[in-house]
Amino acid sequence: MNKKHEKVIAPDVGWRNVTRAGIIPTAGNAEYYETGGWRTKKPVWIEDKCIHCLLCWRFCPDSSVIAEDGKFGRFDYEHCKGCGICVNVCPSDAIDFIDEGETSEGRNDGE
Amino acid sequence: MATLKEQSKKEQILTGGHRLCAGCGHGIAVRMVLNAAEDPLVIGCATGCLEVATTIYPYTAWRSSFIHNAFENAAATISGVEAAYKSLKKQGKIKDDFKFIAFGGDGGTYDIGLQSLSGAMERGHNIVYVCLDNGAYMNTGIQRSSATPRGADTTTSPVGKVIPGKQQFRKDLTAIMAEHNIPYAAQASPNNWRDLYNKAKKAFEVEGPAFINVMAPCPRGWRYNTPDIADILKLAYETRYWPLYEVENGEWKLNYKPKKYVPVEEWLKLQGRFRHLFRDENRYIIDEIQAEVDRRWEVLLERCGEK
Amino acid sequence: MNKKVALTGNEAVALSMKQINPDVVAAYPITPQTEIVQFFSSFVANGQVDTEFVTVESEHSAMSATVGASAAGARAMTATSANGLALMWEVVYIAASNRLPIVMPVVNRALSAPINIHCDHSDTMGARDSGWIQLYSENSQEAYDNMIQAVRIAEHPDVLLPVMVMMDGFIISHGLENLEVMDDESVKDFVGTYKPDHYLLDIENPITMGPLALFDFYFEVKRQQAEAMKNAKDVILDVAKEYKDLSGREYGLFESYKLDDAEIAIVVMSSAAGTGKYVVDKLREEGKKAGLLKLRVFRPFPHKEIAEALKHIKALAVMDRAESFSDFGGPLFAPIRSALFDVKNDIKVVDYIYGLGGRDIVPPHIEKVFNDLEEIKETGKYDKLVNYLGVRE
Repeated sequence: MNKKHEKVIAPDVGWRNVTRAGIIPTAGNAEYYETGGWRTKKPVWIEDKCIHCLLCWRFCPDSSVIAEDGKFGRFDYEHCKGCGICVNVCPSDAIDFIDEGETSEGRNDGE
Repeated sequence: MATLKEQSKKEQILTGGHRLCAGCGHGIAVRMVLNAAEDPLVIGCATGCLEVATTIYPYTAWRSSFIHNAFENAAATISGVEAAYKSLKKQGKIKDDFKFIAFGGDGGTYDIGLQSLSGAMERGHNIVYVCLDNGAYMNTGIQRSSATPRGADTTTSPVGKVIPGKQQFRKDLTAIMAEHNIPYAAQASPNNWRDLYNKAKKAFEVEGPAFINVMAPCPRGWRYNTPDIADILKLAYETRYWPLYEVENGEWKLNYKPKKYVPVEEWLKLQGRFRHLFRDENRYIIDEIQAEVDRRWEVLLERCGEK
Repeated sequence: MNKKVALTGNEAVALSMKQINPDVVAAYPITPQTEIVQFFSSFVANGQVDTEFVTVESEHSAMSATVGASAAGARAMTATSANGLALMWEVVYIAASNRLPIVMPVVNRALSAPINIHCDHSDTMGARDSGWIQLYSENSQEAYDNMIQAVRIAEHPDVLLPVMVMMDGFIISHGLENLEVMDDESVKDFVGTYKPDHYLLDIENPITMGPLALFDFYFEVKRQQAEAMKNAKDVILDVAKEYKDLSGREYGLFESYKLDDAEIAIVVMSSAAGTGKYVVDKLREEGKKAGLLKLRVFRPFPHKEIAEALKHIKALAVMDRAESFSDFGGPLFAPIRSALFDVKNDIKVVDYIYGLGGRDIVPPHIEKVFNDLEEIKETGKYDKLVNYLGVRE
C-alpha cells in the first residue's frame, strides 16, 4: 500500500465502507490528486536570474511553488496548472513559460 | 510583519491538487489570508467555487478542519462552531486554542448570506469572515450579484440590443460591515500582499468579529489574460474602484492613496466583460461609473479623515 | 428520585433541556415554542446550565449554528415550530445527512397560509423525509421523557441521526398538567457525556465535513444513512427499556390501546390520542370492540410492528392532523394502509383529516369515526376513502 491508498478512499468502495456522511478524515489528501495534466504551458525556473524574492511562491494559487528554507526550491509539476501568474509577477525574468512538451534543454526546471 | 521568507516556512493549509481554475484569485487570496493565522483553525465555507473545488470527495485540500454547510449560512455555521469551542473550553472538555474563519464568495456574502453574516457579526462571535469578491456568481456560470460592477456583461445581465449589461452599481458591503461596529473591518487586494497579510493578522488577533473583503479576480468571468491577475488587481485600487482601507474600532483608515489620478476605464479596458462599454453608444456608462467611483472615493476620504 | 410537579408542556421540555445541559443551544423564538427559548434563556442567565446560548437572527441560522456546534463536537440543540421549521428546511436535511445527533423539540403548529398559530402536524409531517427520527408525544410527560431518551437515541453509534421531539402546540405546550420528573443527577447519568468520533475541534485529526460528492459516492453515503435509520428502531426500544428501569414509565414504537380483541380501531398521534382513549373506553362499556393505536415513532416507520398489531382489525381509521394535498389522504394514511397490504386480510382502511389550524377535536368527532367504522365493518363498504372531520360543509 502506498501513501495515497492509505489516505484516499477507493472509487469502488461499497456503502458500508464509505466514510459516514462523506466526512473526509484525511486532511490535505488532495495532494494525492494530480492537476498537472491541466497544463498546456509550464513555468521553468532559471536559477541564474532568480533573486529568491518568493513573489512566485506568494502568488501561486495552487501551492505549487515549493519554497525550501526561505528560498525558491522547485515547481510542483504534479499540481501546477500552468496559469502563468508566477511568470508575470517575477521581477527578474527568472521564470520561463514554455509549451508543454517542449524540451527545456539548457534550462533548469528545478526538479 | 512577516517577510515572504518567514511566511514560506509555515505549513500551507491549502494544498495543491484542489480544482479551482488555473489562475483563480481564490487560491491566491486564501493562501495569503491563512498564512497570517498563528493558531489551529476551523475553516467554514459557503457553497461556491472555493468549496466545490477544494472538497471533491474523497479529496480535501484543507489541512485544517473544514466545514461546508450551505450557500447562505457560512457565518451562522462558523458561529456555531465558535460557540461549541467556547462552551467546551469553559467546561474543560477541550484544551487547545483555535481560531475560526469562514470564506464566502460575493454571492454567499453580499446576497444570499447577508442576513446570516449580519447576525453573526452582531452577536460578537470571535470569528473572521472573508469575502472573496469576484463580482458575480461564477460557480454557477457568471450570473450577476449585487457585487457585480455597473455595466458588466454577465449571464443574467447580458449585453442585449436594449440593455447594455448590469444596470446597478455595486453594493458597498465593506462599509455595511463596518457599520455593524465590529472591532475590525477591512477591504484588501492580494496584489498588495503585505497589506492583506497585515489585515488578516489583525482580523485573527482582535477579540470579536472581523470582516475582510478581498478582491479575487475570476479569469473566466472577467475575461482577462490569466497571467495578468496582478495588473488587474493593481489597477482596481490605482483607479480607486477598489480602495484599500480598514476600520478598526470605528476608526476609518485609508491604507493606500494612489499617487496620480488613473481613470477607471484603464481597469475596465483589460476585461472582456466591459468590452461593449467602449462602443460609442455606451461610453456614457463609463462616464457614469467614473462619476460613481469619484463620489464614493470622496465619501471614503471624508470617513478616513483625509479631507 | 422522581417527583410530581405541575408543568406546561413548554416548561417540561425546557426542564428536560436544563437537565440534559447541552453544550450549545442556538434557537429563535416562534409561537408556540417561544416559552422554551425564554425559559432556557433564564437558565443561562442564572448560571444553571453550562450551555453557550446563541441568540440567532432566524431559524435558518438556528439550525445552521446548531449544525456547526454539533460538527465541532458539542451536544447541541435547537427548538422550533411551524414556519420556523419551514425556514430551516434546507439545513434540517443537512443536519441529518451529516449524521449529527442534534435534538430538537418541535411544538406542532399549522403552516401558513393563512397564518395560524395553533396546532396541526403540517410542519413536522413536511419534514418526515428529511432523515430525522421523529417522536410524537401525547402529553407533557411524554414530551419530557422523549426529550431525555432522544439524546441517547441520537448519539448511539449505530444511529447518529438527529431527533425531533413533537408535542401539540397550545394543547400541550401551554396546558398545565401533572407529571413526574427525575432529579438532575439521574438525567445527567442517563444521558452521559457526548463523545463524538470525528469532530472539527479534534486537533490531532482534522476533518472535512460537507464535501461535494457526485454520482460516484453520493448514493453510497445515502444508503448508509438509510441503514442508520433502520438501526434506530432497535436502539429506540433499547433506550426505552433502560429508561423504564429509571423512570418506571414504558415506551415503545407505539402504544396499543385495547387492540388485542378489537374489530374497529383508529390510528392517532399526539394529544388527540387522549381523546381517542376516552372514546374507546366509552365504546367498550357499550360492548363495542373498539381499539386505538397511538404512534410514537413515525420515523423510522415501524411498518412490520404496525401490521402485526392491526392485522386482525376489520375496519380501521387513520387520523391525520395534516393534509398532504395528494387527493390520497394525509401523510399518515398512505404508509399505514401500505403497511397493511401484506397482511392480505382485506382490512378496510379509511382516512380522517381533522384538527387543521387548531380546530378542536372532541369526543363526538371520534365517536362518529367509530360509528362509521361499525358500518364499514358490517357492510364491507365505505362511502369515502378520505374524510374531513370537523370542517363546515
